[in-house]
Amino acid sequence: MEKVIMNHLRELESESIHVIREVAAQFERPALLFSGGKDSIVMFHLARKAFYPAKVPFPLLHIDTGHNFQETLDFRDNLAKETGTELIIKYVQDSIDQGKAVEEKGVNASRNVLQTITLLDAIEDLKLDAAMGGGRRDEEKARAKERFFSHRDEFGQWDPKNQRPELWSLYNGRKNMGEHFRVFPISNWTEMDVWQYILMDNIPIPSLYFTHKRKVFQRDGNWLAAAPFMQLKETEKLIEMDVRCRTIGDITCTGVTLSKANSLEDIIEEIAATRTTERGGRADDKRSEAAMEDRKKEGYF
Amino acid sequence: MINNQINTNPKQNKMAEEKKRGYLDMELLRFTTAGSVDDGKSTLIGRLLFDSKAIFEDQLDAIELSSKRKGEENINLALLTDGLRAEREQGITIDVAYRYFATPKRKFIIADTPGHIQYTRNMVTGASTANLAIILVDARHGVIEQTLRHSFIASLLQIPHVVVCINKMDLVEYSEEKYDAIKQKFMDFAPKFDVQDIHFIPISALNGDNVVKRSDKMPWYDGATLMYTLENVYIGSDQNHFDARFPVQYVVRPQSKEFHDYRGYAGKIEGGIFNVGEEIKVLPSGLNSKIKSIDFFEASLKTAAKPQSVTITLEDDIDISRGDMIVNSNNVPHISQEINLMICWFNEKPLALRGKYGLKHTSKDIKCMVTDITYKMNIDKLEKDFSDKSIQMNDIARISIKTTAPLFYDSYRNNRNTGSVVLIDEGTNETVAAGMII
Repeated sequence: MEKVIMNHLRELESESIHVIREVAAQFERPALLFSGGKDSIVMFHLARKAFYPAKVPFPLLHIDTGHNFQETLDFRDNLAKETGTELIIKYVQDSIDQGKAVEEKGVNASRNVLQTITLLDAIEDLKLDAAMGGGRRDEEKARAKERFFSHRDEFGQWDPKNQRPELWSLYNGRKNMGEHFRVFPISNWTEMDVWQYILMDNIPIPSLYFTHKRKVFQRDGNWLAAAPFMQLKETEKLIEMDVRCRTIGDITCTGVTLSKANSLEDIIEEIAATRTTERGGRADDKRSEAAMEDRKKEGYF
Repeated sequence: MINNQINTNPKQNKMAEEKKRGYLDMELLRFTTAGSVDDGKSTLIGRLLFDSKAIFEDQLDAIELSSKRKGEENINLALLTDGLRAEREQGITIDVAYRYFATPKRKFIIADTPGHIQYTRNMVTGASTANLAIILVDARHGVIEQTLRHSFIASLLQIPHVVVCINKMDLVEYSEEKYDAIKQKFMDFAPKFDVQDIHFIPISALNGDNVVKRSDKMPWYDGATLMYTLENVYIGSDQNHFDARFPVQYVVRPQSKEFHDYRGYAGKIEGGIFNVGEEIKVLPSGLNSKIKSIDFFEASLKTAAKPQSVTITLEDDIDISRGDMIVNSNNVPHISQEINLMICWFNEKPLALRGKYGLKHTSKDIKCMVTDITYKMNIDKLEKDFSDKSIQMNDIARISIKTTAPLFYDSYRNNRNTGSVVLIDEGTNETVAAGMII
């Protein structure tokens, strides 16, 4: 028998578990969007806590751009297997092959935007009525306006100016046929909370988050990882550096950080001292001032 | 490959342990700010975020760039909180924006809301989860209608702590007389509000006086700075510790070999404390049982309190489902189908007398009919209007409803979670009202 001390992390945890249970109770076919990044790992950890000793009553859904760090994929597969959770993978490549998505061209080409098409198709194919995402309000200014339960119309679109008021911990998941919800259980967490929580609960994460040697190159002030499908400009040179990932997403648009942090404590210290946001290295957000808002309206994560 | 790379050096381990304890000691405080750009609200939030290092270089670069593009001389901090394109274009805050910062003592969640009367619903939304409200008063203008409106909302939503920041003190020569007069004027209205704890702080958000650092311009003020107040205001008694309430959200049935007969009731404790071995009553059946275990993931707890999310198992096999409530057998909430409540109306379509609406209360989803509209509140004059019964968007009113099934509730004043409801339009599924049970 033990007593749980209610610190800020336990309070956030309790709020998130409450939201995840509401999803399981209010929706018929929910899924948890899982990328293998730290936010989705924490979200899945919370889902396991919410239903223990029963298994998580919904599948994990990964929208795979094909541009991944192999380690993330191995981590994803192991986690699903060890916990006996159903894993569904939908490929952006399939959307391209079917002619639904068109590959971007040029050196900054990324499949990040194309994920939306695959995601919306997956939601329709699998008849999902709720998709949980690891989005956090502190990440980006359009995300700061998100509800926990975020309504999507039959085209998967978000209407940020006409959102349902969300009060206390009463979440309105009512909808018409064909519409769905995006749910963000860790809305109120910051990057720091996520790391402190990983440390507190000793949650396994891919070692990409810790320092390692990697061939990288510099573009627009960010360090990007070398990969077979990355095109280098003439002026860009590959060099090996000590780096770690601050976020893990599509390789083409996820920057890496020069870092020697090799423990969770080091990472927390590094984040406390750092003066840029974690999305500062995300080329996808830099496309315009409202890049995230526009992508989200279309149905992005 | 799955690697947390735990340190093995004992000295490092000890340091790490101490740091870890540091995070565990932090409390969470949610507060709301209401106001417009003119009140210096954005400047104040900007100041709090700046001085607690919660604004990052890339964010600052981005808003500096867009401030310049708009031809503004100074960096416009409002651009930080105004996240939507429409908000930036129109230069107004439309919706609630949530912002985060932390000091070594506490983690803060700001619900930043627009202050004009047409955004009452946003203020109410932001206030619903707040422990503390910051009310900004312009020292040059003193207590105005907007001040009363914000105070009324804080009181209606039962925010336990109110901090009245008398801002722009630099524009009134840091005058003690001005400050005292405003404080006195506010206190004259205070009996109309139901607020337990009020603080007054003279500040200049622009210059940072008494925001994070003590001002040397107002030696006559011997109270705390705003940041000190935010970090130290006692929130331990904000929660209801007396009335044990556990709305059942979800029934956990593993149906596995190991947990063959396990039947747990998952939910979040919305009031009081539950202990293993305690006598409980289940509503609406009224059946009694004892708590067999309180489970939280792989741990088994002896006791659990608000606001923990746990799973409870009982000694007896009784039929319990979502929407039921487990309570202490000696302390039962009100049970009724006829409810009086204060509402804030959210929708463009006005409230309909005799109209039927969906109703959400804790984990219960039922329907109700509006049986009476008692009065509408004039929140600028703090007067009840018994003649005007047309309830439009942003209006606050007292109404009566009849529900299709009994509600197990406490008054909102006693418990914000078991005393609150939302009403839902059955056609559009929109959330049309927030209700606080009287």
